[in-house]
Amino acid sequence: MSALPAYASTLDRIWHYGYRILCALIFVFLIGPILIIIPLSFNAEPYFTFTHEMLSFDPAGYSLRWYEDFLSNADWIAAIKNSFIVGIASTILATVLGTLAALGLSRPQMPFRGLIMSILISPMIVPLIISAAGMFFFYSSVNLAQTYLGVVLAHTALGIPFVVITVTATLSGFDHSLTRAASSLGASPSYSFFKVVLPLVTPGVISGALFAFITSFDEVVVVIFLSGVEQRTMPLQMWSGIREQISPTILAVATILVAMSVLLLTVLELLRRRNERLRGITG
Amino acid sequence: MTQAQIAAGTADDVGLVPRTGTNSGVTTADGTPLKVSLRRALRRQRLWAMLLVAPLLVFILVTFIVPVFNMALRGVENPQIHDIMPKTTAALGDWDGNGLPDEPVFAALVEDLKSGYKSKEIGKVATRLNYEVQGMRSAIMGSARQAARIKSGPYKDAMIDIDAVWGEPATWRVIKRESAPYTLSYLLAALDMGYDDDGSIVMQPESQRVYVPLFTRTLVMSATVTLFCILLGYPVAYLLANLPLRTSNLLMILVLLPFWTSLLVRTTTWIVLLQSQGVVNDLLVWLHLIDDEGRIQMIFNKTGTLVAMTHILLPFMILPLYSVMKTVPPSYMRAARSLGANPLVAFWRVYVPQTVNGIGAGSLLVFILSIGYFITPALVGGQSGQMISNMIAYHMQKSLNWGLAGALGVLLLALVLVLYSIYNKLIGIDKIKMG
Repeated sequence: MSALPAYASTLDRIWHYGYRILCALIFVFLIGPILIIIPLSFNAEPYFTFTHEMLSFDPAGYSLRWYEDFLSNADWIAAIKNSFIVGIASTILATVLGTLAALGLSRPQMPFRGLIMSILISPMIVPLIISAAGMFFFYSSVNLAQTYLGVVLAHTALGIPFVVITVTATLSGFDHSLTRAASSLGASPSYSFFKVVLPLVTPGVISGALFAFITSFDEVVVVIFLSGVEQRTMPLQMWSGIREQISPTILAVATILVAMSVLLLTVLELLRRRNERLRGITG
Repeated sequence: MTQAQIAAGTADDVGLVPRTGTNSGVTTADGTPLKVSLRRALRRQRLWAMLLVAPLLVFILVTFIVPVFNMALRGVENPQIHDIMPKTTAALGDWDGNGLPDEPVFAALVEDLKSGYKSKEIGKVATRLNYEVQGMRSAIMGSARQAARIKSGPYKDAMIDIDAVWGEPATWRVIKRESAPYTLSYLLAALDMGYDDDGSIVMQPESQRVYVPLFTRTLVMSATVTLFCILLGYPVAYLLANLPLRTSNLLMILVLLPFWTSLLVRTTTWIVLLQSQGVVNDLLVWLHLIDDEGRIQMIFNKTGTLVAMTHILLPFMILPLYSVMKTVPPSYMRAARSLGANPLVAFWRVYVPQTVNGIGAGSLLVFILSIGYFITPALVGGQSGQMISNMIAYHMQKSLNWGLAGALGVLLLALVLVLYSIYNKLIGIDKIKMG
């Protein structure tokens, strides 16, 4: 696959390069749109396209005005703060509850495993608009609508499937003879949990937590229905920004978010490598 | 699980010391038979497992399942007439549905209208009945206002005097039907059906159908997105699976970065690219492929939704395809070639069948996700790119017909759950790979 053999025919060659060009185009489709907003967010003019100055790399065509606009706008700052508050709170809740449940679910003695699993995964499957509408009615009836607690609980529910899936996946490769070995060497159950089990499942827990965080950080449908003026999160601010009057400030925000996802991806990749190294898989 | 495995798994819990008892078989240190000890230990482990799961299960039930169930229930709940007009409801109980009801029913109506008018609740009844028969809102509100002045009977003639609608048996049949605490009429409306004057269920006339065409459009658009994802995802997954690990890991970043990028960012970026003053149109003008006046409308319509959704969901197709393709041994293709198959035949008859699992997993995932899509169609869909979720949001926020929103939600939910159970059966939900 990587190189053409010497006996390749002309047709083989055309196919080989044609296929690679096709794949390159698909990669451009995947990543191009995300990259193109980065230079556009430095536009000196309030346009969403490249100006002549930008194309001729004239420094006058570039500016940080949209970033300044973003940082000096109280609404955006409040929205970021809210996003982090809600995101962190719901991540902690989802991770603790989800990890405990995953530990229980991965025990061979667990009854009704399939049924419970599908209930726990359901927030990921049910269309968001239905979850959001349902939560709106129910949380309003118990006075949780338009409160931080309501948004946090809702986001926790949405983040839980990711924690459960990643942690159970990590545990499915877990060698239970390790805990037995620990016990036979005299470790108490809690000692062997903290010293043997936890270090091995930590990567799964962290990546589950990251998923839960990004789910909350990126979630807008439930927030549209549940949040009041005080709980406006960043996605909600973006959503109303795009709907009402799209300004290049949104591109500056988008660029910051892309930078965040690059950071996240790096953390996850490092975790994956650590996990593989710990399990003795070298790649 | 065999007995030996159980013993191995629980030896530390029971403090197993095998020794031969005097009369029974193997016992543990304290003299209880091994079987009893094992069963006890097993029960204890089971309890532990359940205790670990319980908090989360309760949490999800309370914060998620109950609200969704509650929402679904709204699609059939029908409290307005039943609660606000209790006397009329009771009086209509014996009415056989033929001709006009008798004087007692009209008397009950007047009483209910008076009390409803006083408590300002009558508006809900008016709105509810207006869903069934156009124009009922003003008829009810007007009647309630004037009924306050009726001091004594006969009520029948007085009411018909106020509004001729009370003289029509059809009105009464609707009220009797909708005085039940639960109704099918929202679900029927969500399927573009309704009752005719005789109370039998009929399809709406072609020109008034809204929801069935919208469901069809949602399904067709989701299927199109799924197809695009297969067409674009298959070559890329094949490349990634067959390149050396170092290169493919690097290229994988190009798939994972969009996957991890905010949905709103990815939607925004398509607005920026495709709008009429956007990058793509500028490029086409610059290349003299189109005139400055002839800029193509690529966004705020169906095209925009399809392009943006394909872009957003493509990683969900590539990742399962990739993990399946990784397991296909390359020697099969070489064997097929060496047996005389040309590359196309070898690919189609040997390689593709081995990746059907991946295609199925990816397609179901993409399809399930896309039929519930809301954000992207709402932002880039314009009129022609709206999907069923957007209609639910419209009834939730604008028309405030929550019953109909609930009924549409029930139908969408049913559709998703059927697909989900297929997915679960074929692939297993815990097999979803992330990252």
